[in-house]
Amino acid sequence: MNLLTLLRRPDRDARAQNRYPAGRSADAAPDRAGTDPASPRGGQVEIRGVHKSFGDLEVLRGIDLSISPGSVTAILGPSGSGKSTLLRTINHLEPLTRGLISVDGEVIGYRRDGDLLHELHERQVLRQRAAIGMVFQSFNLFAHMTALANVAEAPRRALGVPRREAEARARELLDLVGLAEKAEVYPRQLSGGQQQRVAIARALALDPKVLLFDEPTSALDPELVEEVLAVIRSLARAGTTLVIVTHEVPFARDIADTVVFMDHGRIVEQGPPAEVLDHPRHERTRAFLHRVRTGLEASPSVPDAPTDLPHHLPEDH
Amino acid sequence: MTSSVVSAETTRRTPGAIAPAGHAPATGAQEMSCRPEQAPPEDLSHLRVVPARHPGRAVLAVVVGLVVAAVLYSFVTNPRWEWGVVAEWFFAESIIRGLLETLKLTLLAGAVGFGLGLLLALMRLSPSTLISGVSWTFSWIFRSTPLLVQLLLWYNLGYLYEQVRLGNPFTGQAVFEARTSDLMTPLLAAVLGLGLHQAAYAAEMIRGGILSVDQGQLEAASALGIPARDRSLRIVMPQAMRAILPPAFNEIIGLVKGTSIVYVLAHAELFFTIQLIYGRTQEVLPMLLVATLWYVVITSALSVAQYYIERHYSKGAVRTLPPTPLQSLRARLARLRPAPTGAAA
Repeated sequence: MNLLTLLRRPDRDARAQNRYPAGRSADAAPDRAGTDPASPRGGQVEIRGVHKSFGDLEVLRGIDLSISPGSVTAILGPSGSGKSTLLRTINHLEPLTRGLISVDGEVIGYRRDGDLLHELHERQVLRQRAAIGMVFQSFNLFAHMTALANVAEAPRRALGVPRREAEARARELLDLVGLAEKAEVYPRQLSGGQQQRVAIARALALDPKVLLFDEPTSALDPELVEEVLAVIRSLARAGTTLVIVTHEVPFARDIADTVVFMDHGRIVEQGPPAEVLDHPRHERTRAFLHRVRTGLEASPSVPDAPTDLPHHLPEDH
Repeated sequence: MTSSVVSAETTRRTPGAIAPAGHAPATGAQEMSCRPEQAPPEDLSHLRVVPARHPGRAVLAVVVGLVVAAVLYSFVTNPRWEWGVVAEWFFAESIIRGLLETLKLTLLAGAVGFGLGLLLALMRLSPSTLISGVSWTFSWIFRSTPLLVQLLLWYNLGYLYEQVRLGNPFTGQAVFEARTSDLMTPLLAAVLGLGLHQAAYAAEMIRGGILSVDQGQLEAASALGIPARDRSLRIVMPQAMRAILPPAFNEIIGLVKGTSIVYVLAHAELFFTIQLIYGRTQEVLPMLLVATLWYVVITSALSVAQYYIERHYSKGAVRTLPPTPLQSLRARLARLRPAPTGAAA
């Protein structure tokens, strides 16, 4: 395996060259980190007939969704509706039971050969994943590395970017999320909001075409939520395709082009926020929004939702 | 803590301004800052903090001191310890040679043990049932047979299998051929016996460390497209080290002393050398003392190393690293130097 990894290095380097051109690090503009409006790099995500089961528990029951390049999609729904699982299937952290997902025509987890789909080895899936960034509810920053090393790690290991370049770029990304002065600090010395901003910078380091947010503010104290949402808002204008699972309805209304409402593993309705959030056609959507407004649903500061829900899923852990 | 002491003091000193007795100290402080219309807050700068007294600790310290003194006194005054003999042999050439042999054994067996242990731990965590089964079986066998039996079996391998022969299966031509008893020196038998035995234990320890790392770390690394090898070596292992190191040093120190069992193979490590000498001179206890003191020296050195290695791997796991003994000593001295004006009560 080591040998294969070594053999693949030149190829990885070539990829890295495209994303980290040698000349650019010197005259890098601060807005380079994915905010360059001249190059719309958002990916087109197609979700087709996706089913997912954990044992007997069917979590996703046939999801079809098209997400256009550069758009912002907010996925809402009660705990256990399958929204986090759906997000995790997009970058193949959860393999599908049935159905297909493609990003820019490339089927995730498979290699297409005419009508045949060959299952990919993990190494190749990892390469596909580099184009799909993910931000977790519980941040999952590497605890033994400084903020800078956290951001620089993936370009170095996944793309083979030299350390110096990766760190220079990491500094720009930390600057972008407003944490330039925290580069040498370990995650545990940062507040939750700061940790999540580092995690966003880390996800941006691979220049993803699609960025997935799994309840990015659910584990945060209320007064720290806004600083993270502000960073996400600035990304929304930058052309990357964003898919956000959230409980923040006002935020979804503010930022999303499309709001998707899920319940019991199905999409109940989808459309522009004005339609879904203000004039929901389905009773379940209406009930959910009512509960959120009155504070009964979606207690955002409690990451572990009650376990007695009829459709509780492993996704919330 | 200091602030709560001060505010408790305040409650007591100004009973008129702040109402009921038994009021929680913290709220007392809050009240003072929240009500500007009340009388101007009392100036607290003249208050002194009296550290809590621990009379029990002082008594215990005296008792411990007396016991230690008595033991040391008996060491020095009892002539049967024969310190002269100990001093005579401590740096003797044969003892130093035995000591180096012990260190060599520890190093080799430790390398085999922990190297193979890491491999076994990773195998055990493999999704393949075959691979994890092989690892489990290895640990099962080597943990369930006594070390002494393993050492004797390896040493007497020549009795079980007279020849080691590596041949081409088609032509029958031998590529390598040797008598087992020529290959199996006491050193090799000792390294194999100690190393494989150690590996079985090390594997479980390392596996425990790996399991203690949060699953989210692996998930994040996968989501970032970091290859499996780097995930294990750069993300998981450094964090697992915190859980692995304390038992690992236990094992290494155990191994240092465990090498003494190799005397059954008549390999001239420290303990065997000592036995040879006291067999001749009949000075049993002082010679055992020589060996013991050397084991203490090695263990002490390892313990210091353990402290600093653990400290290295706790970066990021604790908010601020505790000071090293040297740093805290310097801090203590620095605190003593300026005349203790307010501290003494």
